[in-house]
Amino acid sequence: MRPFEYVSPYSRKQAISLLGPTWGNTEVLAGGTDLLALMKDDVVTPKRLVNIKDIADLRGISSDAQGLRVGALTTLGELADNENVKKNYPSLSEALLEAASPQIRNMATIGGNLCQRPRCWYFRNGLGLLPKDESGKELVEAGENRYHAILGNQGEAKFVSPSTVVPMLIAYGAKIRLEGAKGKRELPLEKFFVIPKTESEREHDLRPNEIVSEIVIPPASDLKAAHYEVRQREAFDWPLAVAAVTLKMQGSNVQSSRIILGYVAPVPWPSPEAEHAMSGKPVNKETAQKAADAALAKATPLSHNAYKVKLAKVAVDRAILKAAGGTA
Amino acid sequence: MPDYAWPDAEHRTLIGKRTTRVDSPLKVSGQAKYTYDVHRPGMLYGKVVRCPYAHAKVVSIDTSAAEKMPGVKAVQVVQGPGSNIHWAGDEIVVVAAIDEGTAEDAMRAIKVQYQQLPHLVSDAEPPAGSAQEQGPLSLDDIGDMFDNQVPPRQIVSQIQQYGLSEKPTDDALKEMKEDGAPDEVLEALRSATIHPEAGKGTPSNYQKAATQTTGDPDKAFAEAEVVSEGLYGIPLITHCCLESHGSISEWTDHDHVFTHISTQNVSGIAGQMAEPLNIPATNIHVHQDNVGGGFGSKFSPDRWGIFTAEISKKADGKPVRYMLERDAELKVAGARPSAYARVKVAAKRDGTLTAWQSNSWGTGGPGGGGMPPIPYVFSVPNQRLEHTAIRNNIGPARAWRAPNHPQAAVLTMCALDDLAAKLNMDPVDFFGKNLNLTKARENTYREELAVAAELMGWKEKWHPRPQAIDGIVRGVGLSMHTWGGRGHASDCDLTIYPDGSVELKMGTQDLGTGTRTCILVVAADTLGIPMEGIQLLIGDTNYPPSGGSGGSTTIGGVSSSTRRAAVDARDALFAKVAPALNAEPDQLECKNGRLSVKGDPSRALSWKEACSKLGAMPITVRGKNPDRSKPPDLTNSGVGGVQMAEVEIDSDTGVVKVRKMVAVQDCGFIIDLKTAETQCYGAMIMGISYSLYEEKVMDPTTGRMLNPDMQFYRLAGFSDIPELVVHMMTGKGYDERGVIGLGEPPVISPGAAISNAVANAMGVRVPFLPLTPDRVLTAFEQKGRV
Repeated sequence: MRPFEYVSPYSRKQAISLLGPTWGNTEVLAGGTDLLALMKDDVVTPKRLVNIKDIADLRGISSDAQGLRVGALTTLGELADNENVKKNYPSLSEALLEAASPQIRNMATIGGNLCQRPRCWYFRNGLGLLPKDESGKELVEAGENRYHAILGNQGEAKFVSPSTVVPMLIAYGAKIRLEGAKGKRELPLEKFFVIPKTESEREHDLRPNEIVSEIVIPPASDLKAAHYEVRQREAFDWPLAVAAVTLKMQGSNVQSSRIILGYVAPVPWPSPEAEHAMSGKPVNKETAQKAADAALAKATPLSHNAYKVKLAKVAVDRAILKAAGGTA
Repeated sequence: MPDYAWPDAEHRTLIGKRTTRVDSPLKVSGQAKYTYDVHRPGMLYGKVVRCPYAHAKVVSIDTSAAEKMPGVKAVQVVQGPGSNIHWAGDEIVVVAAIDEGTAEDAMRAIKVQYQQLPHLVSDAEPPAGSAQEQGPLSLDDIGDMFDNQVPPRQIVSQIQQYGLSEKPTDDALKEMKEDGAPDEVLEALRSATIHPEAGKGTPSNYQKAATQTTGDPDKAFAEAEVVSEGLYGIPLITHCCLESHGSISEWTDHDHVFTHISTQNVSGIAGQMAEPLNIPATNIHVHQDNVGGGFGSKFSPDRWGIFTAEISKKADGKPVRYMLERDAELKVAGARPSAYARVKVAAKRDGTLTAWQSNSWGTGGPGGGGMPPIPYVFSVPNQRLEHTAIRNNIGPARAWRAPNHPQAAVLTMCALDDLAAKLNMDPVDFFGKNLNLTKARENTYREELAVAAELMGWKEKWHPRPQAIDGIVRGVGLSMHTWGGRGHASDCDLTIYPDGSVELKMGTQDLGTGTRTCILVVAADTLGIPMEGIQLLIGDTNYPPSGGSGGSTTIGGVSSSTRRAAVDARDALFAKVAPALNAEPDQLECKNGRLSVKGDPSRALSWKEACSKLGAMPITVRGKNPDRSKPPDLTNSGVGGVQMAEVEIDSDTGVVKVRKMVAVQDCGFIIDLKTAETQCYGAMIMGISYSLYEEKVMDPTTGRMLNPDMQFYRLAGFSDIPELVVHMMTGKGYDERGVIGLGEPPVISPGAAISNAVANAMGVRVPFLPLTPDRVLTAFEQKGRV
């Protein structure tokens, strides 16, 4: 085993002081459901592991005028079963319960879920986030890309963003709060995810010496929402396409909406095209399908994943109808 | 001559009934010990440097830094400079250290230089004109065949058919013998025809076998009333044993080894380890309590089993544990060869099958691989068979539960199902009409088809293939299969002690199939005492040898040797007790733990009282199965089975769900109905996995496996497993045939049955397994929809 230092601070301040200014040397350990597997597979090799599980004020769920505040260490299981979440954000609860397995949901934290690394099988086999061979040939493009990106894939990043919960959080308008050496900052959750251009960049806007402290989900009582996953297995599986939708209605027409796709691009993929297509329209089979077509109009599938365009359309279509209370 | 025959239905107390497995409580409570659970005092941990390239030559190895590391006890080169490596993940160096972390660090400190060579990891259809006629074999070819565990008989026949490109030197032959090559192969190599002109130039990855023709296929196709053509295939999958391969070995003195190993072949391991370790087989003690899956991949100690023992010797005999990591298990510990074919099949308008032509290909890794037995089950009168073996760097193949049969079932039953659709016939009628071509099992299949159709509700569910589809579509499909399954050689020692206790020893293994339970059922029923009254000891070379658990041979083997031992022991006891009851031995019987004179229950003794008449000496007898060259008595060979599947497909996503499966199976005389049924349940679950999910995915550029893990090497989970219905054929026509194995048969048909159900639902064939959404959607698009 590669030797590494293990530190277990009790405060955010201590934790931040133990993190370094660059990626690669330190990793933050919370639930460990992703990080430990990456370390065992030698994909990440930190010199220092900062365990944040003992920082009490990173836990817990509360609500205030801004909405629901969820501490970064809250487990997926706790969040899914929270009465407030079940009552006011039922589609989030559903998305959480479709993720992973009960054992993993009992360990994995929401902060970790946002920061988990891509499930790309080239990355997981140690071939890199933007995998290339010695001659510089891009392995994903030339290889087995059946699960890879169909949108936002014009650069070297071809993996898909791994969280199945994030699209729903973005659709609900969640914000992420970060805390680092340079102080605190807050971002709309969708701005937290970025497409890396080089191997040394990461796929989120977390700085190496920052931690996720909490997420805030605004009140959603005026929203209709739904989450839809296309997946092959009913048992624990990574989906082939995800769509999360919130609709704000005015009478029987959509006033505004958020339509976010998952598992289609290196980042969670908000679709202004689909949102625009729904604007001012009633929800029915025809409008939902038009929105789905609009969401995927600019898709650029790779050699083996054109089928995902169809699946992503189905996910958007079904999520919109489900949100409006129609059949999914 | 003692009467070993199986008792008739009125005289069975346990045999043929439904007995729950004796080891269930241990397994569900986690108390059952597997090799993976074994930890020996002072144990060292092995780790292996594996080649990252799919095809390479080892140039140099530097282990000096690793050897100096504190905690590292031994380092051993497995394949030294000059070695040719044929797949990514092959073993190069092994280290043993005081803990796993140190061993890993040492592994990383070893520097190996490779010369990379061009690789092929695809098994796509051979490009036109690429295939070479199979020519003389090189010694490398022979080595590949050994690596791929091609049966010696087949190697000999290949050598005799094609000859060799070079004469093997005495040293080469000696080396092969040391590596465990059987004498028959060495003899074939010595007497082979040599073709020195061949073998020059680069051999093609594609080797075409000689065309096989039966009858007059050209005439039959010319006269055919209906012809169906199609493309079918089944990919290369891994065994994915949940307990990986591996062992813990130690030297108890300078020439004795004690090995815990995860194996299907307890009695056969010592013999395979003896020569490489240079000690007699008698000095190798092998033990295993439980095994977490083998499926045909655990008959040999393997290269890693040998080097674990060798490196233990280097480390002063300390126990060394090396169990394969999950990724290694999936990369190198075996795979089921792929098989694909373009098939043309013809019939008369009334459905009578007349002709078959297939152009098949597939791979089993570097060794290529043979043609599955097609056309399967049905001996079509006119046939032409062409096959091209692809030799590539996808990794080594091994026997996978019913070797070559699931492949044959997919290629055959799917082609026949498409022909039935073209004939506008219900497949039950079409298959039924041609049962005369199944020869020996004709009546069995006829009965099974009727039972299966009833249990599936086939009449209500089957519909002609739809012209157009929309939304959720449903369909049903069927397949048929066959297997041998005669019992293997097995010896069994049964001892009755004067205190009434009974001990049964056998060097067999329980693969999780209920072997322990079945042995106890036979022994207890025969002796007339409860199962709890017998102590059963298996899984150790200190017990009489019993065959490896492969080819569905175990139940026939162990039930037969147990029956013999129990009958002999019982008769010996009767002889001792008869005077005390004032009767002749043949007048006695024992039931429910009471030994009495037949027809006079008042003249009786309890089992314990009866055994006390033995005096000081226990009775020990050995049950020994007759030589396999003699006709079998208690066991037999040859079964038939029919399976049906019902699927539901979301035509927008292409996601296939199996909704119901029915297995109707014959296996002769059944020892324990419950464990027989559970064999079929397990096989159907395994079948659903390989039909919908499993595939060894290879990266074309790096030649590496991309899914050597449990997240992308998908297996069915609980919620993917539907209603499963099993019906075992029993009674007249079945019971009198004797015991026949069941391990393989029920896993053969699921692929074809599910694929046929999908074709029935969609109106179009998805050519290849696994039936993934991308493939289903592609097929939908070709068809067009509403």
